[in-house]
Amino acid sequence: MQPLALDVAHMLAGGLVLVSFMLLYQDRMFGLLNIFALHAVVLSLSIAWQAYVQNAPHLFIPGAIALILKGIIIPVALHRVVVKLGIHREIETVGGIGPTMLAGIGLVALSMVVMLRATAAADPLARQDLAFALSVILLGLLMMVTRRNAVSQVVGFLSIENGLILAATGAKGMPLVVEISVAFSVIVAFIVIGVFLFRIRERFDTVDLQALDEFRGERQ
Amino acid sequence: MAVILDLAVQGAQMALVLLLAPLLVGFIRRIKARMLRRRGPPLLQPYRDLLRLCRKEVVLAENASWLFRTAPYMIFAATWVAAALVPTFATGLHFSWTADLIAITALLGSARLFLALVGMDVGTSFGGIGSSREMMFSSIAEPAMIMIVFTIALVAGSTQLSTIADTMLTADVGLRVSLGLALVGLIIVAIAENARIPVDNPATHLELTMVHEAMVLEYSGRHLAVIELAAALKLLLYISIIACVFVPWGLATNGSGIPAHALGLATYICKLAVGGFLLALFETSIAKMRVFRVPEFLGAGLMLGLLGTLLLFVSRSF
Amino acid sequence: MAVGAVLTCVAALLALAGVGVIAQSRSGASRLVYSACLALCGVILAVALSRLVAAPGPEPALTLPVGLPWIGARFRIDALTAFFLAVINFGAAAASLYALGYGEHEEHPGRVLPFYPAFLAGMNLVVLADDAFSFLVAWEFMSLASWALVVAHHREADNVRAGYIYLLMASFGTLMLLLAFGLLAGPAGSYAFGDIRAAEHAEWLAGLVLLLALVGTGSKAGLVPLHVWLPLAHPAAPSHVSALMSGVMTKVAVYGFVRITFDLLGTPSWWWGLAVLGLGSLTAVLGVLYALMQRDLKRLLAYSTVENVGIIFIGLGLALAFKASGLAAPAALALTAALFHVLNHSFFKSLLFFGAGAVLTSTGERDIEKLGGLIRRMPQVAFLFLGGCLAISALPPLNGFVSEWLLFQAILLSPDLPQWGLKLTIPAAGAMLALAAALSAACFVRAFGITFLGRPRSMEAQAAVETDPLSRAGMFLLLAACLVAGILPGVVIDAIAPVVEAQVGLKMPPQTSNAWLSIIPIAESRSSYNGLLVFSFIVFSTLLAVEVIHRFASRALRRAAPWDCGYPQPSPVTQYTADSFAQPIRRVFGEIAFLARERVEMPPPGDARPARLEVRMHDLVWQVLYAPIQGWIQLGAEKLNHLQFLTIRRYLSLVFLALVALLLMVAIWP
Repeated sequence: MQPLALDVAHMLAGGLVLVSFMLLYQDRMFGLLNIFALHAVVLSLSIAWQAYVQNAPHLFIPGAIALILKGIIIPVALHRVVVKLGIHREIETVGGIGPTMLAGIGLVALSMVVMLRATAAADPLARQDLAFALSVILLGLLMMVTRRNAVSQVVGFLSIENGLILAATGAKGMPLVVEISVAFSVIVAFIVIGVFLFRIRERFDTVDLQALDEFRGERQ
Repeated sequence: MAVILDLAVQGAQMALVLLLAPLLVGFIRRIKARMLRRRGPPLLQPYRDLLRLCRKEVVLAENASWLFRTAPYMIFAATWVAAALVPTFATGLHFSWTADLIAITALLGSARLFLALVGMDVGTSFGGIGSSREMMFSSIAEPAMIMIVFTIALVAGSTQLSTIADTMLTADVGLRVSLGLALVGLIIVAIAENARIPVDNPATHLELTMVHEAMVLEYSGRHLAVIELAAALKLLLYISIIACVFVPWGLATNGSGIPAHALGLATYICKLAVGGFLLALFETSIAKMRVFRVPEFLGAGLMLGLLGTLLLFVSRSF
Repeated sequence: MAVGAVLTCVAALLALAGVGVIAQSRSGASRLVYSACLALCGVILAVALSRLVAAPGPEPALTLPVGLPWIGARFRIDALTAFFLAVINFGAAAASLYALGYGEHEEHPGRVLPFYPAFLAGMNLVVLADDAFSFLVAWEFMSLASWALVVAHHREADNVRAGYIYLLMASFGTLMLLLAFGLLAGPAGSYAFGDIRAAEHAEWLAGLVLLLALVGTGSKAGLVPLHVWLPLAHPAAPSHVSALMSGVMTKVAVYGFVRITFDLLGTPSWWWGLAVLGLGSLTAVLGVLYALMQRDLKRLLAYSTVENVGIIFIGLGLALAFKASGLAAPAALALTAALFHVLNHSFFKSLLFFGAGAVLTSTGERDIEKLGGLIRRMPQVAFLFLGGCLAISALPPLNGFVSEWLLFQAILLSPDLPQWGLKLTIPAAGAMLALAAALSAACFVRAFGITFLGRPRSMEAQAAVETDPLSRAGMFLLLAACLVAGILPGVVIDAIAPVVEAQVGLKMPPQTSNAWLSIIPIAESRSSYNGLLVFSFIVFSTLLAVEVIHRFASRALRRAAPWDCGYPQPSPVTQYTADSFAQPIRRVFGEIAFLARERVEMPPPGDARPARLEVRMHDLVWQVLYAPIQGWIQLGAEKLNHLQFLTIRRYLSLVFLALVALLLMVAIWP
């Protein structure tokens, strides 16, 4: 039983990294949102599995929050935002997909090496899970760096947060309050960003963040 | 006695792949037609097509060279040899040690090289476009395949398909992230190598987007029949590799009796049917890509293979 | 005594160079020189092979009373030398056979005949040398003889430039090797290889020597970024010499690297492998990408040499990494793969250059955009060239596949290495190797398809004729070698075994005793490959398919106009060109590797101007590395220029000051 439990946890964590790569690869708005929903679903599966394995029923709560909030509500809401802003046909990346994916691979390798070396004492699969969580975070950051569109940056940000939750649930004994507060902080962040999106759009007629730079006079 | 049985199994395998390949193509066409609410051609239509092509005369371009006339047989032979070495219903085929997974990939590479060459032989614009794009796809698909082979070989400790299948059957492999990555990557490569949607459309003609069909445009009669059969074999081969590595259950082991082999055969046909069904489902639910999006698609396969290998390399340390 | 025999042959080759000078352009001179070269190389080859197969104990060095007074010039044949002697002289014998026919087309035989035997002698002397001094002298002799051959056709402006850059890079490489040997010999000046091997070298010193050797031999072998001269110089020489330079002389450079790092330097550090591996994989991919963009057939082949040198260095880097960690069995596998590729590349690259030479004499063209359809005019050369293309594209059952397969097997053993840097680099190197192999298949489909298939693109291509039988005999010999090495790899591996054992302390398990002559690098359950069976299966199934189809299907055949979807155009201009064939790959890889940019200029409707497609590519190596260096040298030269206009008194004072400074240094030096 024990090896299988670890195997499944490991597989789900690895799946999350894979979905992060899909986020990097996908450059269309709606596809991006669908994959983000998938990201959240995989995360909630992973949390639920941890809850089951660690025999910690309270962990089901963040799992459910992740599923409902990030798997359904936020993607649907972002979907609407995209439709309202009329940017659903926009495709944007800074640099090609190939180099971005290569950079992503480099980041995963880096996080593996760093995590495996730093936590030499811990149990092997937990170490690898931590490494996967770090990879998800780094990939999210990479996505925020390589995208221009504000909506994709929001998605990148939310995927970083997913990585944090993955790391948190992997560690036993994380208090429930912390997790729930993290989950709610995301809603707040989402609302704030959502409002900002519309404000930006009202001002500049675009959500391309380059426009902001131009406004500040950084780029001519 | 054991040698005779082994040889019989090997011979049966060679005949089986040849017999099943057109059926698989017919099955996929049928399922696709059904999903589109069409009635579709009968299951046996590909056999009839092949027979019809064989009976027709060959119309050869005036300036076609000796290479053009010999290449179809070489393409067929390389593909057939490769297909004969993949365990389909039984592992430990008598000659399976002749070539490992890397060599099978390279054999398919030989077939592709000849195909790309004959595309340019007559000197038409369509042939050139097909060859050029095929080589561009293969220049990414082949490294991707090699990296996937690396991933699988590092997990199984072998590049021999029979040994890999045996290792995968034991419980201690478990669920591995790298294997998951390799599976996705292998599916991407298989779709590209077999000229399926979204990379290429097997049903297209007279379009600037065709790749495989453009290379064989000048072929007719028996030459075309041989090439079509080789293409069907290649599709069967890839589904068999995926089945053998990722769902090896039901494979008869070396030296087991007739019932085990019969069971292996039954499960193999089921696996082919499932594979064909999933392919048809995938093809009907997705649109063809622009040619210059294909490198990104294939690049994703390469990245997955590389990532899988990297994970295994790094995690070997504990 | 084997060394004596070989040295006598080398002396005879040098004498033959003299004959070449005297005979010059008299009729029959080239026939005499090339057949004598063929015979002499055959003798050396026989000696080397017997030395390799019989593998007697260590032989003392033969010392000649020339060179440095306190050690003389030492020559010795050990397993490594014997292997490279075999590689050199097989290539040289094939080239001489080819040149018996090809040399007849030479316009100025007097500019080639004296230097050709000298070049052969130089290469042989490099691998025979057993002390640093004779090694360097032979190395420089080889460089100069090949330089003379590069500028043989010096009327063409490009060739003069190629010769100039070659001379520059060759001197630079020799300088690096000089420094490396100087460091190795130490202040005592013990230049004999035996003394160097016995001495202890500090770690920093060994590292420095490795880097110097990598630069010195890499500049001759064509490692990126030191490859710039190679694609200029190799194609400029007559084709049989191009074949020798690409197929054989780069191997002499590999010999130098193996001799210094594996033999003389002792135990390696782990980062050596990393450096060599990194440079090797970069070289492999960049080399083949460059090759894909070329229009000149011979230059394309030269760039492909760069790629193959990269593959060899990947193998050497792996072997170094394994050796550093004390993993002798994988090290033996990696080194065997590298040496096997050395042999393979000398076979198929010579074959391809011979093919290019045959095309050149027959049509006078090297630009593949002006060729096409040659398969119908020169069917035999086309067949031979196709064989070379298949071999170099690493396709079974030919030989190129075997060495790459061995290399992949070695890579699969590398997770056992403890160093993190290597763990992260080796999978990437594996991916680069696979990418290079796939791209080289694309490259040679393009080279063969544009040159030999399709319809002729010029009058010259239309009027091409089959080349002479002696040239074809040379090519057949090489193709047969490719096939034999491909289907009987076990024999080659066993022949290499003593070389490998001497360098890493262990050899691969003997292969010729395996059932059905298959090769099994580690264990049968792990991996095995049988070239003989793959070959016979392919032949068998091809014949079976032909037989069945022709017996039971229709045999009718009708010739008609091409179909081409109903729009056949009679003009050959409508065919795919070499540039258009490479366009998709240029779009995928070229934008990163060469900063390639395309611009389409489409005139508005009603404007009668033609539309234009402009492609801009940048050679990053040249722009980033060489152009700045050139700039600095220019700047320095200008600053120093005014030193040319001083008075005698000033000059004297400069000399005087230099003398005083040197004396001061001697006085202060501890």
